[in-house]
Amino acid sequence: MEPVLLRARGVPDSRSIATYLAAGGYEGWKKALGMGPDAVTKEVLDSELRGRGGAGFPTGRKWSFVPKDHPGPRYLVCNADESEPGTFKDREIIEYDPHQVVEGVAIASFAIKANTAYIYIRGEFVRWARILEDAIAEARQRGFLGKNVMGSGFDLDVWVHRGAGAYICGEETALLESIEGKRGFPRLKPPFPAVVGVFGQPTVINNVETLACVPHIIVRGAAWFASIGRPKNTGPKLFCVSGHVNRPGVFELPLGVTFREIIEEHAGGVRGGRQLKAFFPGGSSAPILTAAEVDTMADFDACAAAGTMLGSGGIIVFDDTVDMVDVADNVAHFYAHESCGQCTPCREGSDWCMDILDRIVAGHGRPADPDTLLRICRFSSAGMTICPLGDAFALPISSIVNKYRSEFERRIASATPLPQKKQPVLPWAGPCPGFGI
Amino acid sequence: MSTRPIVAASPEALQIVTFDATMEARIAELLPRYPTRRAAILPLLWLCQERFGWISPGVVRAVAARLGESPAFVEGVVSFYTMYQTAPPARYVLQVCTTISCAWCGGRELVAHLKERLGISFGEKTPDGVFQLVGVQCLGACGQAPVIQINDDYYENLDIAKLDAILDELAGRS
Ligand SMILES: Cc1cc2nc3c(=O)[nH]c(=O)nc-3n(C[C@H](O)[C@H](O)[C@H](O)COP(=O)(O)O)c2cc1C
Ligand code: SF4
Ligand code: FES
Repeated sequence: MEPVLLRARGVPDSRSIATYLAAGGYEGWKKALGMGPDAVTKEVLDSELRGRGGAGFPTGRKWSFVPKDHPGPRYLVCNADESEPGTFKDREIIEYDPHQVVEGVAIASFAIKANTAYIYIRGEFVRWARILEDAIAEARQRGFLGKNVMGSGFDLDVWVHRGAGAYICGEETALLESIEGKRGFPRLKPPFPAVVGVFGQPTVINNVETLACVPHIIVRGAAWFASIGRPKNTGPKLFCVSGHVNRPGVFELPLGVTFREIIEEHAGGVRGGRQLKAFFPGGSSAPILTAAEVDTMADFDACAAAGTMLGSGGIIVFDDTVDMVDVADNVAHFYAHESCGQCTPCREGSDWCMDILDRIVAGHGRPADPDTLLRICRFSSAGMTICPLGDAFALPISSIVNKYRSEFERRIASATPLPQKKQPVLPWAGPCPGFGI
Repeated sequence: MSTRPIVAASPEALQIVTFDATMEARIAELLPRYPTRRAAILPLLWLCQERFGWISPGVVRAVAARLGESPAFVEGVVSFYTMYQTAPPARYVLQVCTTISCAWCGGRELVAHLKERLGISFGEKTPDGVFQLVGVQCLGACGQAPVIQINDDYYENLDIAKLDAILDELAGRS
């Protein structure tokens, strides 16, 4: 596939607006302004573009939920939080082609008639926040942003808002709270952000990669976009491959390629000539797949049919030396640390899973532990919590227990009882014991 | 949920800070970006961390007063986010990724080496105040594992030799 989103990777001076314009940049923005908001939304709807941030929701549909008769301001928010373990694609887009993001933000803002857009970027991405700010300044200077954009009468301000270290702020409603200057506590839905979003106004939140697709859809048309990939799973997708492969990195491929092709061909196969054991298909929140499932197609619907999700497209590969109990433990540490603490099943459940897994790893597992883990996970998933972080820790952990139960049982069979009375292994959630805290 | 140790603040740390003209100019740029003053809390805290090095109780009070919030509200925000330093940091804060891809691609070995070389654990500083070791969650650079963020900068595809060279250089600068 010819690269679309990553076409600027490797091009000299690819970040500057001059390079972007020479490659046909901002043509989509000009065309969109001539089409009008409804036609732009219709084009994106027809392209069947689905959100690249995790949930795969149809982008055009999301835009059309914004009430047409709303009297006050509306907002567009670009989600550049990129904090799902295994995901490093948005940073690649920003690094090589920040104007693609700015142009996507502009077109989406116009489609929902928002005069202000915020790009929310994780606090750690200091360098990439600066790159975006520079790109915005260039675009403003050339009249692509600001008052009366290209004489259209449409005003648009775009601001970069930096997070400050909190995975949960990638969740859209926590992100909105964070923009409002608060702790990143997810909100109960409904109302959905398209109706009541940031500052109480209708707001659309889209991922960086989703928005980067938009200028291409406007320039080349919905039919072109829909011709890439599979029906309902259209367009190019960035797959991030990390872990035990020869060539980790970001690969742009049509939706619907198999995980085998991504791992074996593009990422160069499992490193050291070892065997594939398992992989997370879409960040660590996605239920794990085994080597036997590597022929699953990498798209939204095929992953759902396989009992997992494409999520953010972050593929984390494990070779046959990896003990899956350790993986579950590391995952539990991540989510126990990142749970915002509002809901009992998520706050206590993630902590409790972490304690149990730490105990098993420390050699003090008990026969009932695998079932206890599954029970905790059941009570924290499927709508028992305010936001999907409850599922995000429960589903990968329960999938590992279910698919690799014998590894848990083997460790537990050789375990010794905990000396004296039970003590918490760690005083608080932090890095897992493999790091010898 | 992450929790932080509570440390008693020194009298100087409690002293409310003042914003000079440069700071005020930057605040004046920030405020019109948002329809509420409260929304400027995060960016203003970032400005303060740049300017004063850390978010002391005196900074919290100044930010609260400047934006018309209570110090308790601002403190609540500060304590939610892991990147606001609530104690004076060392000169170089070594933020080592401890999440999956890094952990299984050499991250553990880096941490063991750092602990031995610096003689400190996660959360601690070297006695000379040059290095501080922090275990962090996924930095969004998993393809370049293992990754360490030192202050604002990412150091990727590390191994022990490369890390030692970086530390030697930083220690030499101090
Ligand atoms: C716990 C959690 C973390 C998330 N983190 C991110 C993230 O880092 N980046 C992102 O784009 N979406 C993230 N999402 C998904 C967002 O909530 C939201 O669905 C997405 O940004 C919508 O954009 P899209 O429609 O373009 O996919 C996260 C969701 C959850 C539940
Ligand atoms: S599910 Fe977890 S992260 Fe989400 S709101 Fe509840 S406690 Fe917070
Ligand atoms: S796992 Fe270390 S950067 Fe993502």
